[in-house]
Amino acid sequence: MKLRQKKTMTAYLFLIVPLIFFIFVRFFPTIYAFWLSFTDWNIISPKMNFVGFDNFRALFADSVFMKALWNTFKYVLYGVPLVLVLSFAISLLLNNIRKGQAFYRLIYVMPYITPLVAVSWVWRWMYQRPPVGVINNLFSFVGIPTQRFLFSMDQALIAIVVTTVWVNLGYCIVIFLAGLQTIPKEYLEASKIDGANRWQVLTKITVPLLNPVILFLVVTQSILFLRIFTQVYNMTDQGSGGPLNSTKPLVLYIYQKAFLSFEMGSASSATVVLFGIILLITLLQFRLLKRRVQY
Amino acid sequence: MTRSDRSVRILSYTILSVLIVVMIFPFLWMAFSSFKSTAEIYSQSYFPENPIIDNYQEIFNSSLFLRWLMNSAIIAIVTTISVLFFDSLVGFTLAKYQFPGKKIIFALIISTLMIPTEMLVIPWYIMSSRFGWLDSYWGIMFPGMMSAFGVFLMRQFMDSVPDDLLDAARIDGMSEFGIFVKITLPLVKPALATLAIFNFIGDWNAFLWPLIVSSTPKMYTLPVGLAYFSSENLMRWEMIMTGSTVSTIPLIIVFLIFQKHIVKGIALTGLKG
Repeated sequence: MKLRQKKTMTAYLFLIVPLIFFIFVRFFPTIYAFWLSFTDWNIISPKMNFVGFDNFRALFADSVFMKALWNTFKYVLYGVPLVLVLSFAISLLLNNIRKGQAFYRLIYVMPYITPLVAVSWVWRWMYQRPPVGVINNLFSFVGIPTQRFLFSMDQALIAIVVTTVWVNLGYCIVIFLAGLQTIPKEYLEASKIDGANRWQVLTKITVPLLNPVILFLVVTQSILFLRIFTQVYNMTDQGSGGPLNSTKPLVLYIYQKAFLSFEMGSASSATVVLFGIILLITLLQFRLLKRRVQY
Repeated sequence: MTRSDRSVRILSYTILSVLIVVMIFPFLWMAFSSFKSTAEIYSQSYFPENPIIDNYQEIFNSSLFLRWLMNSAIIAIVTTISVLFFDSLVGFTLAKYQFPGKKIIFALIISTLMIPTEMLVIPWYIMSSRFGWLDSYWGIMFPGMMSAFGVFLMRQFMDSVPDDLLDAARIDGMSEFGIFVKITLPLVKPALATLAIFNFIGDWNAFLWPLIVSSTPKMYTLPVGLAYFSSENLMRWEMIMTGSTVSTIPLIIVFLIFQKHIVKGIALTGLKG
């Protein structure tokens, strides 16, 4: 009994500082953010009034917020399929080869560890008009007309998606490759003996066995695209999410609301919306995973 | 090997090699351009024809890049050490002790993984302004001093350390903290290495919070400094590329040294942000 008490004491002694940290730096701030979302507080005024759901009503009536929300979904809808299909195809190719696999994989991972700010500026520059923009130079070399990319309301968001896909590709490839290497060779050989062609092996065996990996990547990549900020801040004029808000995602909207116009209450409501979307996707993942385990 | 296998392999190598060019080109373009003069930037040359190091001299002499490098290094190193120490201590405690409230504490820590940073930056900012932490190292560092993910990871690994080993040390009269430091930590080195590398990279690249909390240029981290420098030097692409190269090189070095750990770490865990 005495030894047990002593062990409990030791455990709490070890945990005291971390507990303080997680309570004061993670837990309370979360509750505080929820509380703020129901107030009209801006950082200058001393008064903080409870306003109920007014902030949320105002947000959904704000055309810029709706635009940012829609843009955020567009990032996810374009980005996630693109990065998944590309990385899956590349990892299938990598799985075909022995020699040099590690080297190729290494190169694909490099953008993922590079500072995103540097990546953004390099791509921003590559997207410029001629004569400095190298992509447009390449285009004119093969006869494609000059594109406006980041200056165009139709292309800017997609240009940022492409840069982000370039960054995240290596991460997905590593995960896919690890998944592919867990598929027992016997399955593939058995199906070949049964006369299945490559396409059948891929769709009937490889993809179904990789389902948990695909689901994991869909969720993590969706969350990544939902939280997009750094690229947009650095690739658009003065970090505005332009031209004309056409690239502005939710997080940039929150940043501007909170730290440029100091409407803390309203900005917190927008973070609650973001949190809700992320929570929904995460719960959906658990739901789907559970169903999978059942059979 | 059948003929069709061989042709698939050759085709794979060909496609992969073409794609490699797309992956690596932006890096080369960035690095080459940092050795070009303004005139050459506009001349559509690929290789720098008359390589110059003036851009590097200018960036180190007339901007705060060295200071930003130092800030980023201090912040990334201090927070990484803190994360390693506290996360492994919590992981050790949760894996190796039985005590009331253990499950609740673990659940409480893990549940914070669901909360996006974007939601916390506003409360953190208000907190920092109350306590006078704005525009300071501590202000930039405090949210990252521990990580729930690290706790999760370390607990997994600490679980695999045999209890007999700890009991033997107890019989020899070693203190509980001594057991943690001298017996368990050496046994979980691979996990510590993974956590250290990812934490370091994450801190080095962090942007949103440092951007919010720092307000004077001398307190900027490298990414915030680079963003500021680039928008100040808009259209001077050779300078922006020099800054980007300077910010990227430390990570490329870390990457080349620890590449195996990084690739394994991604496959093992899948983390960032």
